[in-house]
Amino acid sequence: MSQEVKKKKKMTLTLPTDELMACGHLACQGCGATLAMRFFMKGLGQKTALCIPACCWAVIDGSYPYSSMDVPVYHCAFETAASTATGVKAGLEATGDTETTVVAWGGDGGTFDIGIQALSGAAERNNDIIYVCYDNEAYMNTGIQRSSATPYGAWTTTTPVKHFKNRPKKDIDAIMAAHRIPYQATASIAYPEDLLKKVKKAKDIKGLRFFHIYAPCPTGWKSRPEDTVKLARMAVQSGLFPLYEVENGEKYTQTIKVKERKPIDEYIKRQGRFRHLKPEQIATIQADIDREWEILLKKFGA
Amino acid sequence: MKKVIMGNHALSYGAMLSRAQVISAYPITPQTQVVELLSEMCADGSLAAEFIKVESEHSAMASCIGASVAGARAFTATSSQGLALMHEMLHWAAGGRHPIVMGNVNRSMAPGWSIWADQNDSLSQRDTGWMQFYCASNQEVVDTVIQAFKVSERLMIPAMVILDAFALSHTYEVVDVPDQALVDKFLPPFKPAIKLTPADPRAFGGLTGSEHYMELRYKLQKDMEKAPALIEETGREYEKLFGRRLELVDAYLCDDAEFLFVTSGTAGYTARVAVDELRKSGVKAGNLRIKVFRPFPFAEIRGILKKVKKAAVVDRNCSYGAGGIFYQEVKSGLYGIAGMPPVLGYIAGLGGRDITVDSFKEVAAHAMARDHADEEIVWIGVKK
Repeated sequence: MSQEVKKKKKMTLTLPTDELMACGHLACQGCGATLAMRFFMKGLGQKTALCIPACCWAVIDGSYPYSSMDVPVYHCAFETAASTATGVKAGLEATGDTETTVVAWGGDGGTFDIGIQALSGAAERNNDIIYVCYDNEAYMNTGIQRSSATPYGAWTTTTPVKHFKNRPKKDIDAIMAAHRIPYQATASIAYPEDLLKKVKKAKDIKGLRFFHIYAPCPTGWKSRPEDTVKLARMAVQSGLFPLYEVENGEKYTQTIKVKERKPIDEYIKRQGRFRHLKPEQIATIQADIDREWEILLKKFGA
Repeated sequence: MKKVIMGNHALSYGAMLSRAQVISAYPITPQTQVVELLSEMCADGSLAAEFIKVESEHSAMASCIGASVAGARAFTATSSQGLALMHEMLHWAAGGRHPIVMGNVNRSMAPGWSIWADQNDSLSQRDTGWMQFYCASNQEVVDTVIQAFKVSERLMIPAMVILDAFALSHTYEVVDVPDQALVDKFLPPFKPAIKLTPADPRAFGGLTGSEHYMELRYKLQKDMEKAPALIEETGREYEKLFGRRLELVDAYLCDDAEFLFVTSGTAGYTARVAVDELRKSGVKAGNLRIKVFRPFPFAEIRGILKKVKKAAVVDRNCSYGAGGIFYQEVKSGLYGIAGMPPVLGYIAGLGGRDITVDSFKEVAAHAMARDHADEEIVWIGVKK
């Protein structure tokens, strides 16, 4: 980081200054999911309708009668983000609104676990919605319980240190690619330009579009709120969370190139959820990243 | 136009004539023909609706809810296990005030696997906040769907139109299929006051503290209380155009009756035959068929029961640990009111076992030999 500062590069703001998310929302300090929404909406604009299932964002939006969003929000049942959004899109079209983009906006629990059936159904039907999973790697809204997005080695309240999670994170991106949907992308709050570029591209595509956004959670990861963006960047730079897009389930394109991947150690050390890990366990994580990276490089055609 | 159609197709015609805009459904025996015909109607353009062929009933109701909040008229149909899978979303549809109309074919709950008729599937959804209409003929099915949309959209409360498995779902009857132009006159397009649109951004169903939640449910109950009068009024409106009407109860020979069957669904028509035969043998019998279970027509039931000497409620369902569900409801409506007759409760026809004219005669013989109910459940036709 110090190198970046030393170069004193002149930064230009490339993100739209319009805000569709107001301050006064109910997120924790340093919430990655909040940044994800803010950036995402800059790419979509006001003609958007959100369907938010049970997840942190069900609370972040604000309690009745308030909403921090300047777009309509339907708070839907936990496992129904994709099916409710599909219905909203059909309802809007049936009543003459063909322009509004309908977005299902769920967490990793609502996407990887309880909502995967509805998501898979909508993906197979290629319903005309954007599905966004902001991934903070556990059930954070209910108080940090493991989900199938929780990575190997992590502590959660249901994977205590003595029995930390010993299975890898579910590969939701491969699952979605297997549905041959027209567009899907990984995105990170540490790379807003990349995120927005993908959102704008997705907006003009018809059919089911899927976003997997990496969204660190200081509360659940036991990290410092000011480290949120840094951790998201480290995840990309280490190859833990590569940024790419996939078209029709087969054309993989890396959107943020990482010339030299950084070791995962620093990322691990900055999070209390990994504090108990021994060097050999960290080595296992590194080996998993290296293996997955090679698999992905082949998909990029590199 | 008169057509010979099955009960399931009566549901399809009801949805078509109501100009449902979004249909989302999942197949389950014995409901399948409902969605098959609707698929064909959507495919050949006779119904301009978007049909979402979902991967589960849970998603069917979720997408109906989405369509409804976006301002579209939404329809689905299911049965039994499918309805049970929807349970969470039934609360959501009613709590969110989405006036969806759903057909439910009454089928027993597994295990053991049974595709045959009883009412435990729909009656298990008693407290979800849905109106429930029980039909006894295919004509009633098509008429009820159209009227249910009207009542539902006025109150912003969803409605279930219920028919017995096979006894109605797969039985062909002559149905006077209403004329589309007249239905259009009766049922205007759905125009909710508030809907999900970027032109008027609102949040629906967000986190609601204890300072607000109770009022939302109070309003649901208050609006449900308006339903009986509205159902009758809507029925009269419909009658002017079509000569038939939706009503809370169907009272058959109740005016001078001394002994009354209280029934629902197709068993209510079988009971009429039993009433005719009992009358021939000198028993002044009548049949009170309850057509609307939610809201429960307490006033109509009291008004009719107070004139008789005895009533026998015949339930095709059971609330285990309590008894027949209609029986419990009827009794609760009579509690503490002077001059009400003894009411006895009978359970028959679970899992599709036939409820015949003889079943009703057995009920009548049992009831008339007693001056009060000496047990909570009298089982008819069970092998003990």
